[in-house]
Amino acid sequence: MSFAGSAAVEAAALGGDQHDAEPGLHLVDLGAKAGPASERSFLSAARGALRVLVPVGLLAAWQTVSGLGLVEPAVLPSPLTVAEAFGELIGTGELQAAIPASLHRALTGLILGAGTGLVLGLFAGLWRIGEQLFDAPLQMLRTIPFIATIPLFIIWFGIGEAAKVALIYAAAIFPVYLNTYAGVRGVDPKLIEAAKVFGLKPRQISLRVILPTALPSILVGIRFSAGIALLALVAAEQINARSGIGYILNNANQNQRTDVIIAGIIVYALLGIVIDLVMRWVERLALPWRASLVFA
Amino acid sequence: MSLHDLSGVRAAGAAPADLSPWSEEGRRFGPVTARLRGVRRIFAGRAVLDGVDLEVRKGEFVALLGPTGTGKTTLLRILAGLDRADEGDVGVAAARSVVFQEPRLVPALRVWRNVVIGHRRSAASRKLAAAALDEVGLVRHADAWPRTLSGGEAQRVALARALVQEPALLLLDEPFAALDALTRIRMHGLVQQLLSLSNRVVVLNGGRVRLDAPVDMPRPRARTDRAFENLRQRLLAKLDVAADEPPI
Repeated sequence: MSFAGSAAVEAAALGGDQHDAEPGLHLVDLGAKAGPASERSFLSAARGALRVLVPVGLLAAWQTVSGLGLVEPAVLPSPLTVAEAFGELIGTGELQAAIPASLHRALTGLILGAGTGLVLGLFAGLWRIGEQLFDAPLQMLRTIPFIATIPLFIIWFGIGEAAKVALIYAAAIFPVYLNTYAGVRGVDPKLIEAAKVFGLKPRQISLRVILPTALPSILVGIRFSAGIALLALVAAEQINARSGIGYILNNANQNQRTDVIIAGIIVYALLGIVIDLVMRWVERLALPWRASLVFA
Repeated sequence: MSLHDLSGVRAAGAAPADLSPWSEEGRRFGPVTARLRGVRRIFAGRAVLDGVDLEVRKGEFVALLGPTGTGKTTLLRILAGLDRADEGDVGVAAARSVVFQEPRLVPALRVWRNVVIGHRRSAASRKLAAAALDEVGLVRHADAWPRTLSGGEAQRVALARALVQEPALLLLDEPFAALDALTRIRMHGLVQQLLSLSNRVVVLNGGRVRLDAPVDMPRPRARTDRAFENLRQRLLAKLDVAADEPPI
């Protein structure tokens, strides 16, 4: 694309009679994207294909390596063997029994933990007394890697369900607390000032101005908590699980069934993806006013 | 007219004799909506307001001028009830509202909810919001989110939000300063048309009122008008701008 003409127009616009003496400015091309639309759609299709091709290629390489017997099946079984393990788990009904059991633990811990984090975060964000009471202790507890507390939880709650749910609960509190507190504190003080001028009482300011404005931050906290709850679930299910995905993994470990172990790990990964998708969907529903911020 | 007591540490005494230059003119306008006497506000040892006396009546459009840092915004914040005077008496109408320099709309609430933010969500408040938005020409945007508005539209919503309060005292803190020149002219026209006010100009300098004069030339006003030019020169003098300085 040539800009010789435009440069002359620009010089004339700036200086009038200077355009003879000065050489044309170098203009950066910020016009419409080069190439016809069909070419562009081909490019984006090729990029999309690349995104699929790499994982598929990796899978094929894994299958080849394992299928040719280059790796011991006990170390790394082939993808097909893992798929068969999946079929076996579904056939015996183990998987169908395990997923609800695991989800129940994770969700119970998450709902209680996120609820606690939300209440504490709102309290600390809205009232100074709340901040003074529990911000410092929570900030200290937050630095403890929750996995390190597992022995303590076993002593306190035994090796049954209570210890598992308690661990998930404890881990899920902090992301919601931190993000709620930061979200509430992050509301523009000018908005609160304007609300005061228009006669809103503190309770109305909280409900009409602060909470809706802090909601994106709160939801980010819940999304983080959901991820951590899954992590805590995996850790908790290592403690003497009698049901759930952890139980499948434990059994497979004792029976040297690497294929089943990998299948179980994949189930955990899928749970993580599903939780994230659900949270994104909730965010889109809860924050319609932010939709205008998303570009393409 | 009941005035809210917003005075400083020295409680308001009984209203003394009217010191305002408008005491005789007062009959032309409505009741007093703001009364300041000897108002002082001190920030870090410096008196930003150093004994301000001012009285505003209903129906007056008072333009407050002053170099930067002379306490225009401080005065406005005191009138709005967002700041307190350190000394002096302040009485302000309870029904007052403010249009700030920025729109200050809650991004999570639809335009119409922002307009009636002081009201409960109801069919009646929705109607009220629609009427106010109609006045500023934005009724189509009642269900829009604030982020989708342009700067001028957002400021018009802020104006509608202020008008919904049916204020006896409307405080405008350079609400159109951030807008482009054309939009600004249109917005000034809108305010004039909505409020059809008479005019008065007050110059604040060095923490005190230095000039308080009516602007009673008929509209439209030409810059070449003799009376207009006279007033302009007086204002510039009180603002410490030499009269022969070229206009900016």
